Amino acid sequence: MTEKDGKEGCGDGCPHGVSRRGFMTRVGAGTIGLGVAAAAGTAEATVHEIPPGEPHRVTLTVNGTTHRLLVEPRETLLYVLRERLGMTATKPGCERGECGACTVLIDGAARYACLTLAVEAEGHEVTTLEGLTKGEEPGAVQRAFMDEDALQCGYCTPGQIVAAEGLLRARPDPTLEEIRTGMSGNLCRCGAYVHIFRAVKKASVLRKDAGR
Amino acid sequence: MRSDLYFLAAIPPETPRPEGELPPWGEVRIVGKRLPRVDAFERVSGKAVYPRDFSLPNMLQAAILRSPHAHARVKSIDLEPAKRMPGVVAVLGPSSPGADMEWFARPKAKGGLLLDPHCRAEGDEVAAVAAETLPQALDALKAIQVEWEVLPFVIDPARALDEKAPKVWDEGNRVADPVIYERGDLAKGFAEADVVLEESYRTPCEIHVPMEVHGSVVAWDGPRLTVWDTTQGVYAVQGTVAQRLGLPLANVRVIGHYMGGGFGSKLEAGKYTVIAALLAKVAGRPVKLFLSREETFRVGGNRPANAIRVKAGVKKDGTITAIDWKSSGTPGAYPNNTNTAFQAADLWTCANVRTEEAGVYTNAGRARAFRAPGFPQANWALEQMMDALARAIGMDQVAFRLKNVPTVSQRRGNQPYTSTGLAGCLGEGAKAFGWGTKPKAPADPAIRKGIGMAGGIWGYGGGPPSTVIVKLFSDGSVNLNMGAADIGTGTKTVMAMVVSEELGVPVESIRIEHADTGTTQYATPSGGSKTVPSDSPAVRAAAADCKRQILKMAAAELKLPAAELKLLGKEVVSAADPSKKVAISAIPAFQRQQLVVGIGFREPNPDGKVINPFAAHFAEVEVNTRTGEVTVTRFLAAQDSGRVLNRMTFDNQVFGGVVFGIGFARTEERILDRQTGKMLNANWHDYKVPTALDVPADQATLVVDARDTANSTNTKGVGEPATIPTGSAIANAVFDAVGVRVTEGPITPQRLLELLARQKARG
Ligand code: FES
Ligand code: FES
Repeated sequence: MTEKDGKEGCGDGCPHGVSRRGFMTRVGAGTIGLGVAAAAGTAEATVHEIPPGEPHRVTLTVNGTTHRLLVEPRETLLYVLRERLGMTATKPGCERGECGACTVLIDGAARYACLTLAVEAEGHEVTTLEGLTKGEEPGAVQRAFMDEDALQCGYCTPGQIVAAEGLLRARPDPTLEEIRTGMSGNLCRCGAYVHIFRAVKKASVLRKDAGR
Repeated sequence: MRSDLYFLAAIPPETPRPEGELPPWGEVRIVGKRLPRVDAFERVSGKAVYPRDFSLPNMLQAAILRSPHAHARVKSIDLEPAKRMPGVVAVLGPSSPGADMEWFARPKAKGGLLLDPHCRAEGDEVAAVAAETLPQALDALKAIQVEWEVLPFVIDPARALDEKAPKVWDEGNRVADPVIYERGDLAKGFAEADVVLEESYRTPCEIHVPMEVHGSVVAWDGPRLTVWDTTQGVYAVQGTVAQRLGLPLANVRVIGHYMGGGFGSKLEAGKYTVIAALLAKVAGRPVKLFLSREETFRVGGNRPANAIRVKAGVKKDGTITAIDWKSSGTPGAYPNNTNTAFQAADLWTCANVRTEEAGVYTNAGRARAFRAPGFPQANWALEQMMDALARAIGMDQVAFRLKNVPTVSQRRGNQPYTSTGLAGCLGEGAKAFGWGTKPKAPADPAIRKGIGMAGGIWGYGGGPPSTVIVKLFSDGSVNLNMGAADIGTGTKTVMAMVVSEELGVPVESIRIEHADTGTTQYATPSGGSKTVPSDSPAVRAAAADCKRQILKMAAAELKLPAAELKLLGKEVVSAADPSKKVAISAIPAFQRQQLVVGIGFREPNPDGKVINPFAAHFAEVEVNTRTGEVTVTRFLAAQDSGRVLNRMTFDNQVFGGVVFGIGFARTEERILDRQTGKMLNANWHDYKVPTALDVPADQATLVVDARDTANSTNTKGVGEPATIPTGSAIANAVFDAVGVRVTEGPITPQRLLELLARQKARG
């Protein structure tokens, strides 16, 4: 993990949100993993491709709950969360890694769920916005977003909150510049950025008060 | 002016008169406070179900096949292979029943069908598929065989009127005859001037791309249709869908509720809704049809690019003697408003004005209303020209504008404004910003700092019609029922605050039903910055109607005149003797009926006056002369929006408007390929909207309340005025920093470097 600020400093384990480079590495690894899985499961040791329609068995851990599912290899984590598990807090915005509306935590780090295949998420802890709420009680970041009015239409908000959560887990007391950089992978077309900056700062205080 | 406004085209401004006028609020308890949104929890917890999230049992997913060409005709189309694809349930093509309904009405001739074999822009709809899953629907689209006849196209509006230019429509490429307005004597005005400047400006085509893509879920129930739509106006969508499908209004229920942004692109019904309805009818199952992000770039609407030529004269003392304005714009291949002239003829005092404006068709995606349609474009030209004029006569920019603040609307027959805070925005804004203090030069000589400002007016301030119902339960809690959408502006929150102010009910005890034609009352679409000034007086009137009824019942119980009584939350108290009171739950008449229903209508606007919000924006920028990058380092927006109902959501709106203006000024521009006519940057990687790193954390708002009394809540609206002068203030600040006038937006590093190089070459 790098201590440097700014996008260039973000490598694979980027604590500041999502880096595209990190994604490429992950997909690479995922693809290799798939090839191996296919090789183990079939007689065709050289097959690296599963036809699009072919279902594939995965076990996903989402917000601490284990789900056993049959998915197509092309299905993204975003698609599986929404269309198969009915968890619609995670939003599609562009489905090509440009907006951050789909941000989830994978092993505690912010990732674009639209650029993560469901099969890649196997064996990792996935946390979505739903996982930050306790019953009907908002979590610290959610509370801060409410208090500071860090949203307008609210459609980018799930991604913003999860990205902020990821940022604060890696950097509990971020400076303003770290907040701006850390949140720069999440577009807000409504332009609520100023309030988002304030909310992330406030969330860092609330998290500390809550002893986290 | 009114008839020019896009959202009023078909709406007669009539509404039943309220029962007596409500006097302005005296001292307020809750209105104006910084209150978190009443629906914040739903939005931050992910419990809010947006139309994009919505699903029904047995629902199909649909997708649309679009023209890959800027201009082409379908020679033949074979839907059969798609019908044989896995999961496919329904397929529509140009000759399917209903596909030939006219969608875009043009003044001169028929055309622009729902699924049109003659495609006049890239992305035009030709076929659609509904399947069990979205991937199946997308796979099936690829199986449709189309043979295209590719036609010559025109995308450059400057060339579209050439004799030899390809015709978008048979009748030619002119949208309508030019609109001309004149007052005074232009020649005389120019003769009186000490300085005359002339300049041509261009503004980019900007794409709305709201975070939630456009789309609907539709379900038939025999002859009745229900639509869950991501929309700014459920009643507007209901009207169009019913008309196109030949259904009674009552049989089309449109539900909006949450929606993920629109900025004008979701004011009207989309083709996707009606296509989904036709598919659902064939399939006998509900259908979900949402655009992809790429589709929203191509067909989801845009702010039309404008070319504006301005010639203006000024005397040494700062009197503006003449403005000659010629503007053209392109709505793309289908009609839309591309006008800009209003501001030129109304913002500053000038006796001699001529404006001319026209639209031309091109083979490109259709424009739609976009946050203050026409106004940021006009402001870009007008306020850069004013900046140049002030500099030419050596007058301070703020002082120059203050000298030219009008008290009447010159464009609308010199009718007075109900209020104008323009002078306040300029003067108080300048003070709050620290105008006049030059920013300190950075240590690096390649980095230059500058400041700039601009004023602005928005063309409308709300009005009838609007109907609202407030239901008061026997325990004093309230349902607020209104048709208006909350498009992210905080509508629900401020309306709850209005009810709370009027009835003394805490906002926590108010539940809101909104944006549903089946269960809520008529409202015009949320656009034009008019939701607050149009609907909040109706909300207040509905609450007041409840109050009147309760006070009448209490008066009978207390044997006191109703005029002497006050409703304080759960109690009715005598103003004369506070010991005389009754809990509303203890009023027998209320107990018997259990519910009081109050109806409120929007009162008419005052005759003979016009209502407009005003603004002045102040920007500080840093220009890197090595890279051409412009960074906005500080921003202040002074707004006259009348009374502010919630300072926190108001601030958020203003910041959002400024962010839009930053995108307009710096980065946002649709790029069409000259060789193919196709859009080259139909994604957020290549079309750059502002990110957290593009906006200054140092942003401030200043409220200038000119105490408007046009309506009973004294409000004028903010969403659009907050984005009108932003881009121009930034452009003026860039000039201040480096002495280069960027007339063609956006101010990209490449453009700025070219201009700086030319400046250097000139020496
Ligand atoms: S939806 Fe994943 S980044 Fe936009
Ligand atoms: S709140 Fe609407 S996009 Fe961020």
